Amino acid sequence: MALHKPYLDIPGTTIFDADQSRMGYHLNQFCMSLMKAPNRERFKANERAYLDEWPMTEAQKQGVLDRDYNRLISLGGNVYFLAKIFSTDGWSFELAASRMTGMSQADYRAMMIAGGRSPDGNRFTGEQ
Amino acid sequence: MARVTAGVFTSHVPAIGAAMDLGRTQEPYWQPLFSGYEFSRRWIEANRPDVVVLVFNDHATAFSLEMIPTFAIGCAERFEPADEGWGPRKVPTVYGHPELAAHIAQSVILDEFDLTIINKMDVDHGLTVPMSLMFGQPEAWPCKVIPFAVNVVQYPAPTGHRCWRLGQAIRRAIDSFDGDLNVQVWGTGGMSHQLQGPRAGLINKEFDNRFLDRLPGDPARLAQIPHIDYVREAGSEGIELVMWLIARGALDESVQQTHRFYHVPASNTAVGHMILENRSQS
Repeated sequence: MALHKPYLDIPGTTIFDADQSRMGYHLNQFCMSLMKAPNRERFKANERAYLDEWPMTEAQKQGVLDRDYNRLISLGGNVYFLAKIFSTDGWSFELAASRMTGMSQADYRAMMIAGGRSPDGNRFTGEQ
Repeated sequence: MARVTAGVFTSHVPAIGAAMDLGRTQEPYWQPLFSGYEFSRRWIEANRPDVVVLVFNDHATAFSLEMIPTFAIGCAERFEPADEGWGPRKVPTVYGHPELAAHIAQSVILDEFDLTIINKMDVDHGLTVPMSLMFGQPEAWPCKVIPFAVNVVQYPAPTGHRCWRLGQAIRRAIDSFDGDLNVQVWGTGGMSHQLQGPRAGLINKEFDNRFLDRLPGDPARLAQIPHIDYVREAGSEGIELVMWLIARGALDESVQQTHRFYHVPASNTAVGHMILENRSQS
């Protein structure tokens, strides 16, 4: 019997469950390798070559090269692991989150200071 | 014997640690947040614990996807602040209490909560930011700390009910320890936040404040909130709040609310903070 996944109808949200984790294992372990400074240097020197050392899918590698975090999440990435990439780039969590929402960092920060994104209209896919 | 005197509950946003480390706490963005902890610093000065059992989650720092323990207790002599990718925070080494930790591990496992035992681990902002918020920037931390890590990274986190019952088991274990120790149990993480995807930035003040309303006096029913409600209402990372229920479970049924604070935002997150004291303490 399939696992019950009541969270699939939450808009703009991917729950990092066992299936996502399995799909993203090598992507996330690549991210984890960036915790070490020498690996960050090698990655920055030649991103493609460094990625080719990992048994990731081509789509995952391209997602990293494009810094397309929403796509990487759909391919099994978890934000705490993906944070190792954007930290390597010198990005804060605020900047990364703003990019994932399609907002500028200034607009995103203003939204947060004004109280954040309301849950109203954001609980179920298709709800407005 | 050891006695649990109080629980401290707080968010553990990494940007809070960065604001302290970079001397930005009086900037207009941060000042309102830190003002909410001024009382707490005075309180803990007067109510200094010997040991804190600090419930937190690792953020892909000590645990990659190679091993994902649901509940893990740190039994080491010391834990170094982790390098999370931009160098370790310049905060003191965290010293454990191996004797009490081993006692808790043995007691709680026989009480049917199957902990993973950790004898070597670096601790990330999930643990060090609450320490900084409560103790400021001392040369050395003024108490011992038993890190208690909970998986909230890969779904599913343990249920709220399981966490609450585990807290009760930790309490029984501490109560049966022979050493004369003042022990606090801290629950960290939350409140509402989502760090990923187009819905990032979600904040639910109503949900958070209802949670704070119910934590002191209604924890058994609060522990019944299902995961789907956390993730739908409080964001994909809002599920960290189950960790607060472990600390609440370790307190008396009837507690005194000593402090309550709520602020939005810290980076992407709603910050909640509460101090609850056991009335039974001598």
